[in-house]
Amino acid sequence: MASQSTPHQSGWNRRETVVAFLFLLPSLIGFTLFFAVPAVRGFWISLTDWDLLTEPTWVGLDNYRKLISDREFRNSLVVTMRYVLWNIPLQTAIAVVIAVMMDRLTKSMVVRALLIVPWLMPNVIVAMLWLWLMDPGLGLINQVWEGMGFEGWKFFGHPDEAIQSIAVINIWRHVGYTALLIFAGLQTIPQSLYEAASIDGATEVRSFWHITIPLLRPVLAFVLITSLIGSFQIFDTVAVTTGGGPINSTEVINMLIFERAFERFDMGYATTIANALFVMLVGISLIQLRLFNADDSDY
Amino acid sequence: MSPQNKSFNIGRIAMWILMIIILFITLFPFWWVLRTALTTQGQIFENTTSLAPVGFTWDNFARVLGFVDTSEALASGGSGQSINFFRFLMNSFVFSTVITVFQVSFSTMAAYAFARLKFPGRDQIFLLYVSALMVPGIVTLIPNFVLIRGVGQWLSSFSEVIDDSYGLLMGQMVAPYFFMTPFAVFFLRQFFLGLNKEVEEAARIDGANYFRVFWNVALPMSRPPVVTLAIITFINSWNEYLWPLIVGRDESVRVLTVALNIFRSSQPSGVPDWTGLMAGTALAILPVLLIYMFVSRQVIDSIQFTGFK
Repeated sequence: MASQSTPHQSGWNRRETVVAFLFLLPSLIGFTLFFAVPAVRGFWISLTDWDLLTEPTWVGLDNYRKLISDREFRNSLVVTMRYVLWNIPLQTAIAVVIAVMMDRLTKSMVVRALLIVPWLMPNVIVAMLWLWLMDPGLGLINQVWEGMGFEGWKFFGHPDEAIQSIAVINIWRHVGYTALLIFAGLQTIPQSLYEAASIDGATEVRSFWHITIPLLRPVLAFVLITSLIGSFQIFDTVAVTTGGGPINSTEVINMLIFERAFERFDMGYATTIANALFVMLVGISLIQLRLFNADDSDY
Repeated sequence: MSPQNKSFNIGRIAMWILMIIILFITLFPFWWVLRTALTTQGQIFENTTSLAPVGFTWDNFARVLGFVDTSEALASGGSGQSINFFRFLMNSFVFSTVITVFQVSFSTMAAYAFARLKFPGRDQIFLLYVSALMVPGIVTLIPNFVLIRGVGQWLSSFSEVIDDSYGLLMGQMVAPYFFMTPFAVFFLRQFFLGLNKEVEEAARIDGANYFRVFWNVALPMSRPPVVTLAIITFINSWNEYLWPLIVGRDESVRVLTVALNIFRSSQPSGVPDWTGLMAGTALAILPVLLIYMFVSRQVIDSIQFTGFK
């Protein structure tokens, strides 16, 4: 960012400035209309009670007060946390395994290309195909499972299995992509380090824990932050598979916001929850950045 | 020496087996979509674990593309709903193409200005753009919906013709993605910063103006990242669901993702029309796969690139 000289006030070329703003104009329009103003307006809407049809009424911080004691909101937090805890650790662990295997076995472009195919597909499509695979009656998984003599899964039909099933779907969609990011990180570790370690008698497992993992930390931090932030905003898969049920067991935060806004037309409260989610996500990224970068000395 | 080698080989074989299992889990569901889509609707209960389609047929594709009229569909055991995925496929194409062309063009211009031109407020404006990367989509979704709805009402107050015209409805759908996304600007600015300035400076000294330098010198050198960004933008637009769901429910502009879920949720209770659903799913998968076959290398490179920026 600092690579360019910062000109003095007098150093600005008028023509250059005019040209620059012409280049910027479309993006400035888009940014103002659809990012900057909505962000401010979103805060303003959260201070009102508004059903879209009548004029909004000012309620101050009432919506935020309501949030603290709202059981539905608390439920959505718990559900989202459950989802994240099923999703992220498994997904990251499997991705690390795949990345290390790719690194050791093959740098083949074909393998990498095939692994990210699920990630290219629309969430809705992925959810649809798993809804079919996970159909309790006719779906392939239960057909095979029951054929082996086990009791069939209920998947989306039971509160104890629904959120896990959604987590499985998204692990399937994202694990190859995550593995590719980690694989790219592995390529930056100099081979000589492993050679030196093996001369000193280190086993492969030891090298993995003492060389690979520490040197991979920046990449892992990036992967964890982005996948956590994405995970907290899950919506499409839930909308297709369960719509929040059964018994609200998959009513994630974004589902709650969607229902509040577009089914109950409670715009004020819906934006309040959205803003709360935003604050939480900023908090999470700050904590994670600190955890991962607090001690940079070994990189 | 040799026992070590042996254990090393066993390890490698085990890893290969695991890798093949992972690839199988990754790819097999796609075959299952196709297998189901090619199965005769009435035979969905038979041979449920057969790897091949049961009673091979193209009927499901014909049905969801609207080539079969509803009475025939009913006769073959269908739900008898009128579905026209061909229209939804076209809508998805229009939606994704318009967004990709304009967003990438405008973002390239902006990124170039941020990377190469000097003007007051440059760093401050860029910082604003970057901070918007942190804002989750749901935060701007509701205000954007309110805005778009208001503009639509205002425009249609002039004339009833505009009210439900394709152009207006599609315009409302593409609007938030039309001008820029912070990511697109950020991605290309990183690239321009890494590009050698000397060629551009030489062209300037030769008397070329800013536009010509951008068009004839900088752009030709930045084809790979611009193409990569275009691919990412197209795929992201193709995958979009929530925004088209709230502003594009109207059948004339409905995109595939929205249409598929409406089709699923409007099934009469009991057994959903799985063969029809999977035919629709296969149709949505196909264009992405076709594009991907040609550009997988760029997609992979761009993922590995973003991992470090």
